[in-house]
Amino acid sequence: MSIEALNRLAERLRELLGERVLDIVIDCDEATLVVNGRDIVTVAEQLRDAPDLAFKLLLDVSGIDYQTYGQADWRTHDATTSGFSRGVSRAQESVDNGAFPGRFGVAYHLLSVAHNLRLRVKVYLADEPPRLPSVVDVFPSANWYEREAFDLYGILFEGHPDLRRILTDYGFIGHPFRKDFPLEGYVEVRYDAEKGRVVYQPVSIENRVLVPRVIRNDGRPGH
Amino acid sequence: MPEIRNMTLNFGPQHPAAHGVLRLILEMDGEVIERADPHIGLLHRATEKLAESKPFNQSIGYMDRLDYVSMMCNEHAYVMAIERLLGITPPVRAQYIRVMFDEITRVLNHLMWLGAHGLDIGAMTVFLYCFREREDLMDCYEAVSGTRMHATYYRPGGVYRDLPERMPQYEASKFRSAAEVKDLNANRQGSMLDFIEDFANRFPACVDEYETLLTDNRIWKQRTVDIGIVTPERALALGFTGPMLRGSGIAWDMRKKQPYEVYADLDFDIPVGTNGDCYDRYLVRIEEMRQSAHIIAQCVKWLKANPGPVIIDDHKLTPPTRGEMKGDMESLIHHFKLFTEGYCVPAGEVYAAVEHPKGEFGIWLVSDGANKPYRLKARAPGFAHLSAMNELATGHMLADVVAIIGTMDIVFGEIDR
Repeated sequence: MSIEALNRLAERLRELLGERVLDIVIDCDEATLVVNGRDIVTVAEQLRDAPDLAFKLLLDVSGIDYQTYGQADWRTHDATTSGFSRGVSRAQESVDNGAFPGRFGVAYHLLSVAHNLRLRVKVYLADEPPRLPSVVDVFPSANWYEREAFDLYGILFEGHPDLRRILTDYGFIGHPFRKDFPLEGYVEVRYDAEKGRVVYQPVSIENRVLVPRVIRNDGRPGH
Repeated sequence: MPEIRNMTLNFGPQHPAAHGVLRLILEMDGEVIERADPHIGLLHRATEKLAESKPFNQSIGYMDRLDYVSMMCNEHAYVMAIERLLGITPPVRAQYIRVMFDEITRVLNHLMWLGAHGLDIGAMTVFLYCFREREDLMDCYEAVSGTRMHATYYRPGGVYRDLPERMPQYEASKFRSAAEVKDLNANRQGSMLDFIEDFANRFPACVDEYETLLTDNRIWKQRTVDIGIVTPERALALGFTGPMLRGSGIAWDMRKKQPYEVYADLDFDIPVGTNGDCYDRYLVRIEEMRQSAHIIAQCVKWLKANPGPVIIDDHKLTPPTRGEMKGDMESLIHHFKLFTEGYCVPAGEVYAAVEHPKGEFGIWLVSDGANKPYRLKARAPGFAHLSAMNELATGHMLADVVAIIGTMDIVFGEIDR
């Protein structure tokens, strides 16, 4: 979308939603609308029903965990514009996470087929466990996406008709996409010939980090 | 008087018509479906979590394994997301190559779908016909990337390498005589583009062949017409995209409405259905194959006339050539850094979507400025389609469930991720 179209959209959103708009970010030719979790159902309804917006297609709902945002294994600040800076400190340097009003976020990607518009609506959640009203009544397609976000991040969608796990195993414990859930998990399954069935046991593998996570702010594209 | 109760039937996960590992719990009243509850996740590999622990380029191969019958389209969405965050544009030749392979992938996907859908509801021959043409396209994948399925061919900034000058040929063996091999190699004498051109020219006749088997076939129509009807309003509400949406009569195609790469310069049409049933979606996909062949032919023509670079030459993002590496210290350092550490992507978030053969495949990429994604979310079209299973199947007979699974073009790689 062109920048004029995005600005027009932002203006229209402010007019339509008034105080419910916390922020509108325009970046990478996309508009992101930030709203409060408790307003999400009303906002979704308004976006869907406004005839000049008609965001009738909810493409995606996904959770995100900002717990380790901006943390790197190495941290570097300066170098020449043509060379590479060297990673020096191995310490996990924690940077301020205050950029986000909550540990968890939920992003809704909306599409307007009638007006050829796209919009991302974002909600930040500070509670533990994170809670958010469900938009299933507004967008039936949210049903499985919310189940997925619940399964992977433990976000509780209040008013969801059937908030079961969807992708993980029957009887799975934990929410695997949270940043504090290890990549290799806690349990593994194997077939036990003596017992004649599949058994669960603690994981026998260890995660090796082959490439450290590096954040460089030193003259690369986009900096 | 005997007590009559509903029966609960477990369908899959090991069932040939389940298209992979779908487990359906069907509540049946006699042979009529009362409720269908799909259980998914049996192929869940946490691709999105794995991507968070790897440099950007190392996850391109994972994208192939999402929807494993339309490999390059998945890669396309992923590299496009990275490119948008980096603010780079691939050379025009790379864009044409991508579009050509996207369309080849679309044909591959629709052939697989047509063959499997036909087989599921009783048409054996069409499966064999489809796989005959798939073989040629798989050879194109192999010629360009070295693998027949999981290509890892697209890179941020372009494609891995230019199209080969020579199309690989069959060799005689104890299973294939020299005469047979000569026949098979007849259209492989020139470059890869010559081979693809030949394919694009003869493919519409192949589609005619499939259509003679199915389009007016009485059994085919009995199994698909008025099965799984979706109204346009309902299709939007359920999050349908791609042929599932167009089958219901909504002319929405990313390639036309929000063109990416060079689709804006190409000539093609968007077929739409009227009834929104399985038969209309079949017709839509058949026509899409014809349109894809038309797009492929246009790309071949352009690519033949316009040689040039296929990847940007910023060696902070793309590897230098072997020759440069041998003679130049700076290039050696770039090569080393790129393959050990990768590159850092500016902080931000982006949603890049492509018109995947199954619908809209999108990648939501959040970067915090590191050399690995902070969060990657693949928006798989099949996930939304399968979530409508209950609505589509309720009231139909058990055998129609198979037709509905077929018409959704289900692939578990992308649904379970």
